[in-house]
Formats: sequence, C-alpha cells, structure tokens
Amino acid sequence: MSTVTPNANAASEEAVRQVPDAQGRFGQFGGRYVPETLTRALEELTLEYAKAKQDPDFQAELNELLHRFVGRPSPLYHAARLSKQLGGAQIWLKREDLNHTGAHKINNTLGQALLTLRMKKTRVIAETGAGQHGVASATACAHFGLPCVVYMGAEDVRRQKPNVFSMRLMGAEVRPVESGSRTLRDAVNEAMRDWMSSVEHTHYIIGSVIGPHPFPMMVRDFQSVIGRECREQCLSSFGKLPDTIVACVGGGSNAAGMFYPFVEDRSVRMVGVEAGGRGAAPGDHASPLTYGSPGVLHGSYSYVMQDDDGQTSDVHSMSAGLDYPGVGPEHSYWKDASRVEYTSCRDDEALGAFDFLARNEGILTALETCHAVAKATEIAKTMSPDQHLVICLSGRGDKDAAELARLRGQEW
Amino acid sequence: MTAIDDLFTRLRASGKKALMPFITAGDPNLPFTSKVLLRLQELGCSMAEVGIPYSDPIADGPVIQASYTRALANKVKLDQIFHQIAETRRSLSMPLVSMVSYAIIHRHGPTRYIESAKAAGFSGAIVPDLLVEESAQFAKLCRERDFNLVQLVTPTTPQDRALKIAEQSSGFLYFVSVTGITGERTQLPEGLIDRVGWLRERTNLPICIGFGISKPEHVRLLSPVCDGLIVGSAIVRCLEKACESEANAIASASELVSSLLAALES
Repeated sequence: MSTVTPNANAASEEAVRQVPDAQGRFGQFGGRYVPETLTRALEELTLEYAKAKQDPDFQAELNELLHRFVGRPSPLYHAARLSKQLGGAQIWLKREDLNHTGAHKINNTLGQALLTLRMKKTRVIAETGAGQHGVASATACAHFGLPCVVYMGAEDVRRQKPNVFSMRLMGAEVRPVESGSRTLRDAVNEAMRDWMSSVEHTHYIIGSVIGPHPFPMMVRDFQSVIGRECREQCLSSFGKLPDTIVACVGGGSNAAGMFYPFVEDRSVRMVGVEAGGRGAAPGDHASPLTYGSPGVLHGSYSYVMQDDDGQTSDVHSMSAGLDYPGVGPEHSYWKDASRVEYTSCRDDEALGAFDFLARNEGILTALETCHAVAKATEIAKTMSPDQHLVICLSGRGDKDAAELARLRGQEW
Repeated sequence: MTAIDDLFTRLRASGKKALMPFITAGDPNLPFTSKVLLRLQELGCSMAEVGIPYSDPIADGPVIQASYTRALANKVKLDQIFHQIAETRRSLSMPLVSMVSYAIIHRHGPTRYIESAKAAGFSGAIVPDLLVEESAQFAKLCRERDFNLVQLVTPTTPQDRALKIAEQSSGFLYFVSVTGITGERTQLPEGLIDRVGWLRERTNLPICIGFGISKPEHVRLLSPVCDGLIVGSAIVRCLEKACESEANAIASASELVSSLLAALES
C-alpha cells in the first residue's frame, strides 16, 4: 500500500497488536497503580509468567489440562433455528458454557494456579462477582491441593447462591464482603487488602483482564484460547473468518480472549456489550466504556465510572458478573483505537435474550452472556444469511435460575 | 524549600524527632477536622498528615476505611477540604501533608491538585498508589511548584529499589513498617530497625516510619533510628467517638498523643 500522506490508521493498525509495553501500557491505558508493598510480587509474577510462556513443559501441561480436565476445545455451534428465526446472519455460538465449571473462567484459573506452584506460593486468594471465577478458582485449587479463599460481595453471595455452595463443596473458604456496595468492586478491594499482608506466600488469581500489570495481559493470554480455537473452527466450519463477533464485557475477560486473536483481521467487526442496567442515568448501569471516562481504579488506568471528585460511582446490573464500575485497560485501548465497538444492553433486553435462546435453542445462558446475545440478535437482523456472526457464549445459566425466579416474582 | 524541609532541618539541628498524627478530613465533618488539627499542634506535634477520603482505599485497614466511609457518607468534597484547611491554616504553624489516592489526583488534574493543595496550605502529598515508575511526571510537576512528593518504602522493597525511591522522594521518605495494610499492631516486625538503619546511612532524606505504630513503646524503640513517626489508625479510632461526643473524642485522642509525645521526649 503506498500513500503520499502519512496514514494514521496504518500506524494504529500496526500498534494494536503490540501491546502492552514493558510497563504494562496499552497505549495510555493500564500500568500499575498499587501500593509499593505489592511491587515485588508483581515483578516476580511478570518474570515467572514470561518464563512459563516460553517453557514448552508449562504449555504442554496447561494444554493437557484444558483438554482432559476442562473438555476443550469447546464447540463452535451453528444456532440454525435461531438464525432462521431472525432471518439475518448465520449465528454461531462459541460454547464456553460447556467447559468444566460452566464458563470461560477456568481457562485462566488453571494457568494462574500452575504459576502459583511455579512461584512456590502456598495459598490462593480470588475475588468473584457472579461466582464463576470463584468456582473456577476453587476448582483449580482443589485440583492442585492449594488452600483457596474467595472474596465475594454480600449482595452477590445472595444472588449467586448455587456458586457459593459449589465453592464450599470444593473446600474453598468464601468470605462475604459487607463494605461499600457489597458487590464485585468491594470483593476486589478486600482481596487486594488480603494480598497486601499475605503477598509473600499467597498468589492473587485475578479473574478478569483488570488490575495492575501483568494481570490484564496475562489473563488475556490465558483466555485467548477461546479466540484461537474459534478462528480455526470458523475456517473449518464455513471456510472464512466471521463477519462479526459479539461478547459481553464486565471486566472483559471473555471478550478479550475472544477478540485478541482477531485484532489484526480488520475485516472482522467486533462488538463488546456492557451492562446497560435500568438505563443511561448515573447509577443505573455498569457501562464505563459507554458512559465513563479514563481514570484510576484497582491498579490500572482505564475507563471507569467515577464522580467529578475521583470517587468510584455506584453502578447497577442485574448480573453480578457485569456489576463493576471499571473495565480492562486493553478494552479502553481498543475503544480509543476504534478497533472494537462498545455498546450496552439493558437488564430487560438481556432477560428477553435469555428466554429467546432458551426456547429456540434449548440453552440456558448466564445473565452476563445474555447481554451479548441480546445485542447480537439485533445486529444479526441487519446482516444477510450468507454472513456469519459469532457470539461468545461465555457461561451457562443454571446459577441464575433462583435469581431469575426472584426477578420475575415466580416460585423456585 | 517547603515547610516540611524546613521542619526536618530544624529538628535535626536540635536532635529532635517528629510525631506526625494522621487524621481523615471530614470525619465526621470538616469543622471537627480543624479542631483536631489545632489541638494536635497545641499538644506539640511537629506536623500532621491529612487523609483525603477515597471510596476504594486498598492500602487501608478497617479503621481508616471506616473513617473514609463516614466522611464520604457526609458527601465531603476535595474543594471543601481545601477550603476548610485554608481557613484553619491561619492558626496553624505546623506543616501539613495530604495523603491522597492517585485516582483523585488524576480526576482533578495533577497540576490543579498541586496548586489547590498548596494554596490551601499543604506542603506536599503522599500518594500511596503512585509507584516510583509511574511518578516521574507528577514528581516533576511537584518539584516545579516546590511541593513535596513523599514516596514509600516497604519491607518487600529490595534495597536497590529503596535507594531509587529515596532519590525520587522529597520532604521525607515514608518507611512502611509492616507488609500489610494500615492498622494498630501489638508487635512490630523483626529486622525493621536494621532496615531503616541501612537506608538512613545511604540517604540524607528524613525517614519517617508508619503503619502499625500505636504505643509509647513503639515510639521509644523506633525514634532513635528515624526522623519521625506516623500514627494513624490508633488516633482515628479515638476520633470515631466524635459522632457521639466531640469533646470525648478529642480528649481520648489527646491522651494517646500526649503519651506518644512523652515517649518521644524520653
């Protein structure tokens, strides 16, 4: 390609894949905004992860676990009935809900649990919102015989009870967090505080692409198995790359894992869907990329919901996993580079998508994932039947049955 | 040269050490914060650290977290804090340093933060979530405006890194005594005195020790190796009672501070 004038797009195209830099910066986003106490552990983790990434034994062990313990590769399923109903693009579901523990979270926890052992740390802590990351952490720890403490907002303990019970069954200690909004954000705060005191022998398995460097990069890498598989499966199923990919975004780990391997494929349109909650008014949603602005939260610089004084705003989503005021820094980078489109979907639209997928395909989908499904069905209708749209079906909906009944005033 | 630089020059010349209480601005309201600051000066504290309430303080234990929550529940804003401090400043001769999250500094704009804080009468800032790697730009803005940026060294900081932090810090160096969050401790970790001593031989910057310090014996033990001691949670806990009786809260904090000052003199 020859152009006379400098092409800003070409420069940003080239840059999009080469992140983060050594300081953990995705463009201006990311970095490390944490107390000095945690620096040594973050440095150690960065070094150990870099070594593990190059170590064929580590990769082989992780791949074996992903295959035989998790059940990967997860299928890419053609939702033919759904596609026909909508009359637009062919809809394909990347079935992360079929993984062991029922969501994509296990891809990351097994990787980080292996790193915990490599660093000779003897205890694991984790935060969780919907409980899927908590369950995946408890599972990885039970598998390797590591003690595990999971911090979970008291409100989330209430609305995701089945996952709390599962974690305890696998020997994890679930500590309800009563401070602040009693949701995911407060669970992250408590886990960080635990880590401040226990950092010398404890690894903190962060469950999303958030937090200080190297977490956003490392969690993205562990989750990228989703996008790598999906890419191959698209080529073998319909002979080309998909036209559009849609994923939900809370902290953004399933979306980052799905999008990352497609970032350089400029023909692929990618859409991230945040929690629109009850509407656009402050406090009614959890959509920092849609309504927020760049700021510092939980160790990195990224879009965030904050008031004009820098205090974190209250957010709302009916889904515990998306009920978070921040988002991973790489999403902020992709947004500003216009590589990924971000939009939001209200609680009621997501609930509608739950029913639609349940009745047309026989799949109960996690409330988080329903946000992606709702937006994807809208987009699919604007596309033609010879086009292909992939939804990252990040989690299954069994955990939400009781909460759904409560939201609808039905008996469970 | 800031008021903090000046203070430590004077203290060193006379062989004295600083006691630096930490209080939370606006807990439970701003007029009370002013009363407490005036009382601390009257008791003989060399300077004070004023915590700017933040919604997500990950380095703080339950006592300081709760004080931030109380202040924010009353909707205290940074501009109001600066306004109140500016009013009180006229009756205060001791230097003040703000303890503030970078989340707040970023939202207000680093230059605006420094200039407003300085105009209100703060001589510097401690920014617990701004690591030395991330601080170059902010440190430069501080230097240009003769405003101290106090950086922290912790037990997990390797020696070469501690030296680098000491080079970048101004006013004083905040030596965190324990691996953990703020809060009173019965015992302080072994090796603390040696670690502070090692660093003190290698920097001219005054060193103040904080986190976990709450008892006269801590003060007696640590004051010989440092330039000052920071006491936070123990004082904030005394001041919690202000919701019921301001007089009792101030009396209880005064008693604690007096006992710590007496230990410093002995």
